[in-house]
Amino acid sequence: MSNLEAFRAEVKSWLEENCPEEMRDGAGGEENICWGGRNWTFQSEAQKIWLDRMAAKGWSVPAWPKEYGGGGLSKEEVKVLKAEMRAIGARSPLESFGIWMLGPALLKYGTHEQKLHFLPPITRGEIRWCQGYSEPNAGSDLASLQCKCEDKGDHWLVNGQKIWTSYADESDWIFVLVRTDPKATKHNGISFILIDMAAAGVSTKPIKLISGKSPFCETFFDDVKVPKEHGADVNAVVGDLNRGWDVAKYLLTHEREMISAGGGGLLGGRGLGEVAVSEIGLEHGKLADPMLRSKIAQAEIDGWAFLLTLERMKDEAKAGHGVGANSSMLKYYGTEFNKRRYELMMDTGGSDELEWEGERTRDGKLAKGWLRTKANSIEGGTSEVQLNIIAKRILALPGA
Amino acid sequence: MALVLTEEQEMLRDSARGFLDEKAPVAALRKLRDTNDETGFSRDLWKEMAEMGWAGILVEEEFGGADFGFVGAGVIAEEMGRSLTASPFLSTSVLAATALRKIAGDAHRQEYLPKIAGGELIFALAVDETRKHGPAKTAMKAEKSGNGFKLSGDKTFVADGHVADKIIVAARSAGAPGEQDGLTLFLVDAQAKGISCERTQMVDSRNAARLNFDGVEATGDDVIGEVDGGYMALEGVLNAGRAGLAAEMSGSAQQAFKITADYLKERKQFGAEIGSFQALQHRAAHLYSEIELAKSAVLKALQDLDAFYGMAGPICSLAKAKAGEVAKLASQEAIQMHGGIGMTDEYDIGFYMKRIRVAQEMFGDPAFHADRLAQMRGY
Repeated sequence: MSNLEAFRAEVKSWLEENCPEEMRDGAGGEENICWGGRNWTFQSEAQKIWLDRMAAKGWSVPAWPKEYGGGGLSKEEVKVLKAEMRAIGARSPLESFGIWMLGPALLKYGTHEQKLHFLPPITRGEIRWCQGYSEPNAGSDLASLQCKCEDKGDHWLVNGQKIWTSYADESDWIFVLVRTDPKATKHNGISFILIDMAAAGVSTKPIKLISGKSPFCETFFDDVKVPKEHGADVNAVVGDLNRGWDVAKYLLTHEREMISAGGGGLLGGRGLGEVAVSEIGLEHGKLADPMLRSKIAQAEIDGWAFLLTLERMKDEAKAGHGVGANSSMLKYYGTEFNKRRYELMMDTGGSDELEWEGERTRDGKLAKGWLRTKANSIEGGTSEVQLNIIAKRILALPGA
Repeated sequence: MALVLTEEQEMLRDSARGFLDEKAPVAALRKLRDTNDETGFSRDLWKEMAEMGWAGILVEEEFGGADFGFVGAGVIAEEMGRSLTASPFLSTSVLAATALRKIAGDAHRQEYLPKIAGGELIFALAVDETRKHGPAKTAMKAEKSGNGFKLSGDKTFVADGHVADKIIVAARSAGAPGEQDGLTLFLVDAQAKGISCERTQMVDSRNAARLNFDGVEATGDDVIGEVDGGYMALEGVLNAGRAGLAAEMSGSAQQAFKITADYLKERKQFGAEIGSFQALQHRAAHLYSEIELAKSAVLKALQDLDAFYGMAGPICSLAKAKAGEVAKLASQEAIQMHGGIGMTDEYDIGFYMKRIRVAQEMFGDPAFHADRLAQMRGY
């Protein structure tokens, strides 16, 4: 038996013993996610047990090094773990911006002390992080951000505002891009700093979206004093001072890869054609609405070709050809496609899916999902920004 | 299987590109057109390609082939698409070689596969009879006559039909046009009595013909595959052709795009390279993305033909539809972004638009394949 197969057997029996029955319903969906954090209320006892056991094993974030609370697993082992979890319908024990965003940034740019201080609480679901990037006047032109961070000797003084901070009102800490050198050119005076949301002067205000939901906040910093060190040798700034843009760029690329790797949500659920047949019906063996049928067929072609492209890019990365700026292509195409897909689902659903409240639509679930997709091509860099990146980095077209 | 070329396939691609750039660039096609060449491709060049193993790329080694699989064939088709090389590669080395290898009996295989690999015989596949593709629409009659058949009817859009030595033709031995059952494939001599051939000068300056069969006699030995049950076998061969054409169009799209991107960096208006204008940058970046999607679909189709030949119908339809749409977009954007010069015959880009138009029509346009996919998925 190969090492990997031995590992698979070990994983199988460990999961069998440790994954609570209630956590094996395969439930995805935002409403079932365990986010963790100081303010977190577990949805069930099983959710807590599942997280605690996985965290103790290091498998809540299996790829991180063991000394920082991870499982120290290789890529192949992580795959095995995920596959075995899928096989029994195990839910993900924990999701968070700490895992997706801050962790990768610290692992690449952080000091040993920063990693040791901040990573383990993330893996245990004790601290929930949010991301402070965009500002009211710094959206697509993120590097023009103005949130001020002054050196006051023993501490930093932060003043300014962030916007589109996901779940800021429920988070414990925030990683923020701030301007530490107002005289430098715009990309060169930015730093990446870590701030406790409980610090005096930090406040948040949820933003209600067109979907009726409020996943985002405005976050205000009003004379917030941030210690230079959050513990012995635990610097508040990640990476070099005034080089925060490098960290931000790295994370944005990472974020794009994550958004595109999800296939824009293409992987789950029934096909558009199948749904349309059950809702509209067939006529002479074909979908009764020929114009819609044609649009769906075109969309399924593009969707399938896109999924193959994700697969090909992954395989090329494995073969040693970096994906590089192609993550922008995947982000652009995947998010635009997802919008198109939801438009077609709304076309298929017709007036029935327009009921905003009530049992029949589960309070407008599809409609809210449809509205949510409109942000796909804005967040993480707009489609237009991605096209700019493709033009510049891949096609090497001249600058404007 | 990883969705990337193997090292061996990459080497094949590089050597094919080098060879075609030198021996068969767009200028060669232009010359064939301008001299109204009666063959429509260079027989000497085809000999050379055969010597390099291209003609027998899908032929088993025991018959003298290179046996490089559909991915190998697609790699060559893609490179030919880049350089717009005219050759009987599709008709003979993809379509006929697939038909013989996958359907024909030992006698046919032993006789013809070595000759395909050696570049000695040119084949043509005659399927369509009307302006739009549809194998089930076949009306050509195959009437039982003695121990054999008599074939009567018309075929159109037959690639390399006027230079072929042998013709593989689909005819109806039973049933009515529109039905899948009742088709039989025959392998007949192009010089057989009763066949008349009109070479059709096509938009892309490549070979095609209309054929008329007037009581052409075929024996039972000339049948390849099953009598009345040839539809699925023909579909398999067509799938290989569709994937080959998709690969070719992917190559043409990539090259048309490369020429265009280079032009965007060079051409100045309003005191700046036109490639610095965001209106053009975004269109170019979008086109780049679409081309990447087409490449993925094409490679997957070729890989699946190698690994799951009988089940590759849907993926070949995907590749043909996607590559067709994308190549069309690439050629249209190419001319628009070039502006006036793109409209001139002197400039090569128009050749790409013309070839792509023909290739995307052959064996089913994107709408045909979108419809087919929808049917396969139950809507």
